[in-house]
Amino acid sequence: MLAVRGECDGGSRDMSGVPLVEARDLTRVFDVSKPWLNRVIEGEERTLLKAVTGVSFSIGRSETLALVGESGSGKSTVARMVVGLLQPTSGSVAIDNIDMWAPVRERERQKLRRRLQMIFQDPFASLNPRWRVKRIVADPIKAFALAKDDAEIEHRVGELLRLVGLDPSDGDKYPHEFSGGQRQRICIARALSSKPEFIVCDEPTSALDVSVQAQILNLMRDLQDQFRLSYLFISHNLAVVRHMAARIGVMYLGRIVELAPADELFENPRHPYTRMLIDALPDLAMTGKPRKPIQGEIPNPISPPPGCAFHPRCPHAFDPCRATLPALVAHDHRSAACHAVEAGRI
Amino acid sequence: MAEPVLAVRDLKVGFPTRRGTLIAVDGVSFDLAAGEVLGVVGESGAGKSLTGAAVIGLIEPPGRILSGEVRLGGQRIDQFGAKGMRAIRGRRIGMVFQDPLTSLNPLYRIGDQIVETIRAHKAMSEHEARERAIALLQEAGIQGARERIGSYPHEFSGGMRQRVVLALALCAEPDLLIADEPTTALDVSIQAQIIALLKRLCHERGTAVMLITHDMGVIAEMADRVAVMYAGRIAEIGPVRDVVQRPRHPYTKGLMGAIPTAGQRSSRLAQIPGSMPRLNATPAGCAFHPRCGDAFDRCRRERPEQMPAGSSEAACWLYAANATAGAAI
Repeated sequence: MLAVRGECDGGSRDMSGVPLVEARDLTRVFDVSKPWLNRVIEGEERTLLKAVTGVSFSIGRSETLALVGESGSGKSTVARMVVGLLQPTSGSVAIDNIDMWAPVRERERQKLRRRLQMIFQDPFASLNPRWRVKRIVADPIKAFALAKDDAEIEHRVGELLRLVGLDPSDGDKYPHEFSGGQRQRICIARALSSKPEFIVCDEPTSALDVSVQAQILNLMRDLQDQFRLSYLFISHNLAVVRHMAARIGVMYLGRIVELAPADELFENPRHPYTRMLIDALPDLAMTGKPRKPIQGEIPNPISPPPGCAFHPRCPHAFDPCRATLPALVAHDHRSAACHAVEAGRI
Repeated sequence: MAEPVLAVRDLKVGFPTRRGTLIAVDGVSFDLAAGEVLGVVGESGAGKSLTGAAVIGLIEPPGRILSGEVRLGGQRIDQFGAKGMRAIRGRRIGMVFQDPLTSLNPLYRIGDQIVETIRAHKAMSEHEARERAIALLQEAGIQGARERIGSYPHEFSGGMRQRVVLALALCAEPDLLIADEPTTALDVSIQAQIIALLKRLCHERGTAVMLITHDMGVIAEMADRVAVMYAGRIAEIGPVRDVVQRPRHPYTKGLMGAIPTAGQRSSRLAQIPGSMPRLNATPAGCAFHPRCGDAFDRCRRERPEQMPAGSSEAACWLYAANATAGAAI
């Protein structure tokens, strides 16, 4: 098992003492077995899929931590566990030192829920098409009883819509009357309506065009400054992540393989997978640098390769990589899980 | 200059509705030379996919080509009927779409699909065609092609399927390949592999490529020239290096500034206010003027045609001063 403790989380702790969000050894296993009868007849065993294994990180106040990875890397599963939509198989998530999954009184959990919100990828699927926008945005205000009367709710909804660049009169419309970017603004207004401190953003701009993406990313950064929000930002797009995050965790097949401050990660990536991702970024400066696309594809998470899951695709793989799983080792304030880096080979 | 493989002139595509005809592609003209890669880039609704569909005669009814010309190797193909186009599709124009699953029949082995396509276009025996299919798959980077030729599409991963589709599109050695968002559904590392493959295969064969995508990064990697589309028209067309690094049209400038890059982290991304107009509410004059920081009177009144701007051409009145000499493309 890997242990991400100590220095690599230190960056955020320095700023405010205690990190706002603390994830410890998060693991999630999905049972993807065939039905019981089929297993008996066909003589098969249970099939377990380890979507996330031993993921630990912390996020400070008004900090953005990003998780990047390709499909199947487990980043969205982490997001859902952090926000409380999915129970971890093991490990813990604590927000402001309150454990989200420990048996606490419902009242306390309610209080905690108000402080965290989520923005999803698909703004078409995450808004109720039969509700007017003002009802959508007012829903968390009512759920957490944050306003004393309807007039105050109405006022607050208008304020929120203006905050995200819409007009208060848009509250009377239905979601289908808006474009994708405007809908994502509505989602952001809804997320802000409970006055959260922490927002989990799962690919918030992946469904949007670039010019709209720029508007939404700018808006999210402005709101972060204004309300001291903390973000857990999930994306497959390294350039977007670079723009948004102070620290970046790179995930591969359910594990964090490298966690580092954004600038250092881009200037001096350590893990071969991170190097590959950065190398695969399209080169808009058009320097014409030769590139070597990495061979192979992401292995099936049901039967991951032994040792380091990346070794079949890794140009630096040597014997230990095929045998043992590399631990996430911290150096200074960054960490990488790679035998070759440990041995000083790269 | 030799005869272009593809010449599109003043192409107009519209959809009749109860409230009049919506013009989705409005007066698009471009040439594509043999072996050239033309990137067509734009945001959703800009008309880029529809332009590709018009070239190959695959516009969904009731949409249709209202006017303009499409010439393939000098021959006019926009007036061919369904039968005429069937002879051209696959043989002279290959296609690759975003989702490889829609291009492959899930009920047939991939080998049979490629063999059938080859034999539909070329006089070859079953055996010859099969050998050729294996060679093609190998070339497309499918390892153990001889064994895998008997597999069904669902047995391949997304990246591998796109390789199969590429082999399928090129099996009749077309002069032109239309690739509509070929890498959009793929992961970054796989995307890089497919771009490299597409580039290599088309370069070796001298196939012209019309590469339709919303991703400027893919364009920068692969295209020789690029056409930037906005609201059904080409806003700017020129050599890729110029368009990417010295964009002329205000829309292209905004678009390039809006793309986050892995280089230095900037505090803010450039932002184009507003959004692309709907088809039924295209502004008069230049369609971009309500969002344009440089708009002046003429932009609101008259619609700009392509005019030279540096080594590119831009449909923008800012470049009207040097437009008097050669307005005829």
